[in-house]
Amino acid sequence: MHELSIALAVVETVEEVAREHGAASVEAVQLRVGQLAGVVPDALRFSLEVAAQGTPLAAAELVIEEVPARALCEGCRTEFAVGTPPRLGCPRCPDAATTVVAGRELEIAAVRLPPAAACPALAASTLGSEGGP
Amino acid sequence: MCRNVDLRQAVLAKNHALADTLRTELAARGVRVVNLLSSPGSGKTELLTLVLRRVRERGVPVAAITADLATENDARRLAASGAPVKQVLTGGLCHLEAEQVRGHLDGWLPDGTRLLFVENVGNLVCPASYDLGETLRIALMSVTEGEDKPVKYPTAFGSAHLVALTKTDLAQAAGFDAAAFTAHLGQVNPGVEVVRTSARTGQGVDTLVKRVLAVCEGAPPHRPVLDARHHAVHPAVPS
Repeated sequence: MHELSIALAVVETVEEVAREHGAASVEAVQLRVGQLAGVVPDALRFSLEVAAQGTPLAAAELVIEEVPARALCEGCRTEFAVGTPPRLGCPRCPDAATTVVAGRELEIAAVRLPPAAACPALAASTLGSEGGP
Repeated sequence: MCRNVDLRQAVLAKNHALADTLRTELAARGVRVVNLLSSPGSGKTELLTLVLRRVRERGVPVAAITADLATENDARRLAASGAPVKQVLTGGLCHLEAEQVRGHLDGWLPDGTRLLFVENVGNLVCPASYDLGETLRIALMSVTEGEDKPVKYPTAFGSAHLVALTKTDLAQAAGFDAAAFTAHLGQVNPGVEVVRTSARTGQGVDTLVKRVLAVCEGAPPHRPVLDARHHAVHPAVPS
């Protein structure tokens, strides 16, 4: 169950993004998980709930987009669905090399942050109030 | 208005970058890494002990690190080969990451080492996602595990540069169907070579050693479709 390690890596990266943008919280995180990424979306969802506690991601909505696997035959240049269980060889050219063109994703696609006005650091500087950087 | 940050960043980007650095650093010192993946009980340790012994007999400086959740038993077994061995205790973690490997090599890996085996935690799921800076990834499976294991664990078997079938001395007793195994493996890793081994009879051990040494000397390994070293983010899909 390495989904917890994956979840911790997600939290770490998204926290960095929030910090860079001066946001105290995160509204949503969009992940893309490919069929061949070796990660179970439900386990990742559960792990992220745990990993996000006490972080700016605590209340964030989690959107996981599952990406079906597709491969390209380098012989006949045809793209084909890999299917489940996966079949990575070309159905037409048994000896041709193939390349996976989709389905290996394990990535943070996007992060949604609250409006800048709701962000204490930016609001403070806009209002010229005390506190400094 | 909310702010959307389009990130498109691989979750394991840090591990991948570190693995690339480790591969480059070790290559500069003349060291190649072989990552061994299998389920618990497939016979990794027994086979590796033999391989280490044979590699040493050929005069190639070799070392190994072995990872388990607990106990130093495997390090003791491997040390019987005479090679320097280090036990990594993951304390419950189900896989190794590049950072751990690097940390354990620091100040330990003997100068002049040419070949480093990493015996990963016995697990066919999690370790498959982590590039450890290896040049060669070998997935192992024993004849008692079921011929369809490669399609049950496509990431592990699909990312291997070489597959070692173990305990072949038990093949007949286990009713192992070699043709079915080959077909299942070919489904997730077309063209990958299988070395049939038995630590008990010594079958295939020299072949395995030859394959590993060839890659260490610069022969290009088989290119698996799911090569763990190709961790590029796919092009953006218009939304």
